[in-house]
Amino acid sequence: MSDLLDSEHLTGFVTGAYVVAALLFIAALAGLARHETAKQGNLAGMVGMGLALVATLLLAAQKAELLGERSLVVTLGLVLLMMAIGGAVGAWRARTVEMTGMPELVAVLHSFVGLAAVLVGINSYLEYEGYADGVHDVEVFVGVFIGAVTFTGSLVAWAKLSGRMRSAPVALPGRHWLNLAVIVASLVLMVWFVRLDGDLGLGLVPLLLMTALALLLGFHLVSAIGGGDMPVVVSMLNSYSGWAAAAAGFMLGNDLLIITGALVGSSGAILSYIMCKAMNRSFISVIAGGFGSDGATVGEARDYGDHREVQAAEVAEMLAGARSVVITPGYGMAVAQAQYPVAELTRKLRERGVQVRFGIHPVAGRLPGHMNVLLAEAKVPYDIVLEMDEINDDLAGTDVVLVIGANDTVNPAAKEEPGSPIAGMPVLEVWHARDVVVFKRSMATGYAGVQNPLFFKDNTQMLFGDAKDRVNDIVGALG
Amino acid sequence: MRIGIPRESRPGETLVAATAKTAEQLGTLGYDVVVEAGAGAGADQPDATYVASGTAIGRADDVWSSDVVVKVNAPTVEEVARLRPGAAVISLMAPARSPELVEALRAAGVTAMAMDAVPRISRAQSMDVLSSMANVAGYRAVIEAAHEFGRLFTGQVTAAGKVPPARVFVVGAGVAGLAAIGAAGSLGAIVRAFDVRPEVAEQVQSMGAEFVTVDMQQEVSTDGYAKEMTAEQEAATAAMYDEEARAADIVITTALIPGRPAPRLVTAETVAAMRPGSVVVDMAAANGGNVALTQADQRVVTENGVTILGYTDLASRLAAQTSQLYGTNVVNLLKLLTPGKDGQLVLDLDDVVQRGITVTRAVEGGAEVLWPPPPVQVSAAAPTQALPAAEAAPPPRPQDPRRKWYAAALAAVAFALVASVSPSDFLGHFTVFALAVVVGYYVVSNVSHALHTPLMAETNAISGIILVGGILQVGSDNVAVMLLALVAVLVASINIFGGFLVTLRMLEMFRKD
Repeated sequence: MSDLLDSEHLTGFVTGAYVVAALLFIAALAGLARHETAKQGNLAGMVGMGLALVATLLLAAQKAELLGERSLVVTLGLVLLMMAIGGAVGAWRARTVEMTGMPELVAVLHSFVGLAAVLVGINSYLEYEGYADGVHDVEVFVGVFIGAVTFTGSLVAWAKLSGRMRSAPVALPGRHWLNLAVIVASLVLMVWFVRLDGDLGLGLVPLLLMTALALLLGFHLVSAIGGGDMPVVVSMLNSYSGWAAAAAGFMLGNDLLIITGALVGSSGAILSYIMCKAMNRSFISVIAGGFGSDGATVGEARDYGDHREVQAAEVAEMLAGARSVVITPGYGMAVAQAQYPVAELTRKLRERGVQVRFGIHPVAGRLPGHMNVLLAEAKVPYDIVLEMDEINDDLAGTDVVLVIGANDTVNPAAKEEPGSPIAGMPVLEVWHARDVVVFKRSMATGYAGVQNPLFFKDNTQMLFGDAKDRVNDIVGALG
Repeated sequence: MRIGIPRESRPGETLVAATAKTAEQLGTLGYDVVVEAGAGAGADQPDATYVASGTAIGRADDVWSSDVVVKVNAPTVEEVARLRPGAAVISLMAPARSPELVEALRAAGVTAMAMDAVPRISRAQSMDVLSSMANVAGYRAVIEAAHEFGRLFTGQVTAAGKVPPARVFVVGAGVAGLAAIGAAGSLGAIVRAFDVRPEVAEQVQSMGAEFVTVDMQQEVSTDGYAKEMTAEQEAATAAMYDEEARAADIVITTALIPGRPAPRLVTAETVAAMRPGSVVVDMAAANGGNVALTQADQRVVTENGVTILGYTDLASRLAAQTSQLYGTNVVNLLKLLTPGKDGQLVLDLDDVVQRGITVTRAVEGGAEVLWPPPPVQVSAAAPTQALPAAEAAPPPRPQDPRRKWYAAALAAVAFALVASVSPSDFLGHFTVFALAVVVGYYVVSNVSHALHTPLMAETNAISGIILVGGILQVGSDNVAVMLLALVAVLVASINIFGGFLVTLRMLEMFRKD
């Protein structure tokens, strides 16, 4: 052991391990391209991570050996203890989390990356005391800034998603100026910090001041964004957590961190972009926040006429007589925990020879791909769960569409009313089907606060009540 | 309240205002419905069917003394006289062209509602009887034309030689025109169509026809109907009509302007230049016709063998279907007029639909004339309103596509300048960073949408790699650094284990059928 630790080749070995780990991480993401390869991908990621950790532990051991301040055993023991505790907590959360609670879990995990980036950044400054150059100072400063914004931003997102904070946007007067002021102040602090080059005690002042400001910025930034924009926010924070890791890589001179951070950063950025496109909104307008105060009616109030109500038994009859059925779930399905009865309904209908498929809008739910996971949890086969673009053309030939807990994503106003706040947003064009049944608790508007003319179309019928109960009623009526 | 459905008095009329099915639906709104004996005979609705669906059959007097009388054609003066004062009558009325009828209704002290005056707004589509009748009529126009036409519609190559497809030219792409386009297209003809409203081109194309254009400034319709053209437009379009009609085997004209005579679009000279055996169906015959030689309700054969059909009862020729559609329109209207579903007709004049159709309203001791209603703007008006603003401010110049390249070049130069003063260490890392971003972009772009949640969990896990930084810092001799590093190790471990395990759990849930 000590031979290995003394060896001059160790650094080379570690670097090699990092390269392999980086490739394995890329393979992990590449594997997610298809359901068939996804599990192999995840395995590749785990192996990569294991490799990187072993190599790092060896490196740390060597360092401890060389410095000799504390014994090797203590250092490694502490690290392994922390990892064991963290691993246990992580494994426990991973096993017990409800699939409806995935957005919260993802958000809180982002905050951990942010927190780690802040801690590692400050440490990196403290360790390099005295002989750091300007470039390193900037790297530390930027890394801590991104990490701090990610940390509090993710915590707020988590609180909003889990209902611990009101999901309505908090609109402070002049909030854009506040954000700008924080950024400018941080830049000024950075200049000060770089000029203090080397003065450890004093250098901490601007660094910690900036950290406090960045924590506030993250908090305020996400507070101003409404609950329904959370898919974008969570993707954006995913991206930030990646950039924070990459910044940490720069300050530590560690290419593995840089590569991983860049992968995660671009992943989050792409997801945010997809979400924004699916809502037909610019990224800036989402991040600037203030959209979607609950229940507020935006746009002109129109009189669309009357809606028709229908009972569960009639829907069951309609479904039994249909050849093809498409179900378009939304966040309401997750709220009502209706995915299990929906899966049961799907199974029953398929046994009767009815073609059942699902149409998923990209922003359905509170996380990209959230609906797919919920349906998978309820054992709905993934090959009948289709994306919006795959199913839209087939809707005209569909007998019955069941809209469960979705509203804005099936709103014809997006296509038909140029003045509507959601005009131009791509939507599931369910109204082309022969019959549409909308499951809803009341006639209230959706997240965007826009009335939905779908409810008043001639081929639409409303089934009021809790989605779970109503779907159960239909399953019961089908016998 | 009682609803009476009388037998239509117009000679040859086959329609009825309620079929057995729609009469039953009226019953569910709380009304007592009575149908005059024999009223539905022409529309395949014998009295027995009404009885079977629970609707009463009555004498004419029972029907005309009802609280609400629903019929198809406008009531004659004698029929108006049979109405009870204070009763309501619902039918087609063409109130703009029949002032004497409006006067008679007022004098009779009845509430009159014109089914043909339903405003063309989306909400009122379900009661727009003109649309539903025009739809049937457009279809029938093609069938009548095919009946007169001596050849096949569809092109074929047979052992006995090649059959060219018929060429159909449809003027006016309203409901009737579009129905005609659809019917002619599905018979296999080559269909071309024209409308003065350029905005309908897309609908025409969606029905599989070619939209004929005239190089001319055209107006966007503000009320959903076509307008009469200016003299200048007329000259250019006249030439087009002439050319298209000469080339066509079948011409179907549907051009109507509400409240005015139909525009004369096809001249006698054009008809004279058409091939023998060609057929013209003039669906505007009732309003004077779009074609010079049209005679309402007549089949005219010109000297050069062109048949011109001026039937005005095209919809009535499909009596069962039209009655059913008309009846459903009536049911939808009465749903609106019966908010309590209690058989009590309530007229709300603040509602644009109800205001629009009300010609006269019964008041104490007589009736007041409410025709014409204030104009209703339909949604198609929005672009017109936006127009002045657009003219005031010139449209922004499209961005020079080269600007993007300039910006990229500028960024590259700026980066090179920064790089020239950066330590080589940093540049090495930056190279790795830039390449990793590109790799990440392509790899993640490929991820299936359905797996985006696992993707986020996976990226959560691998961004826990920041643990590496923490591990290396734990060995520091500075206790503060060590403690902070240990916290970093702790939270990053949660990420790594939590992320990978939850990803695995999710992926295991996904199963194929």
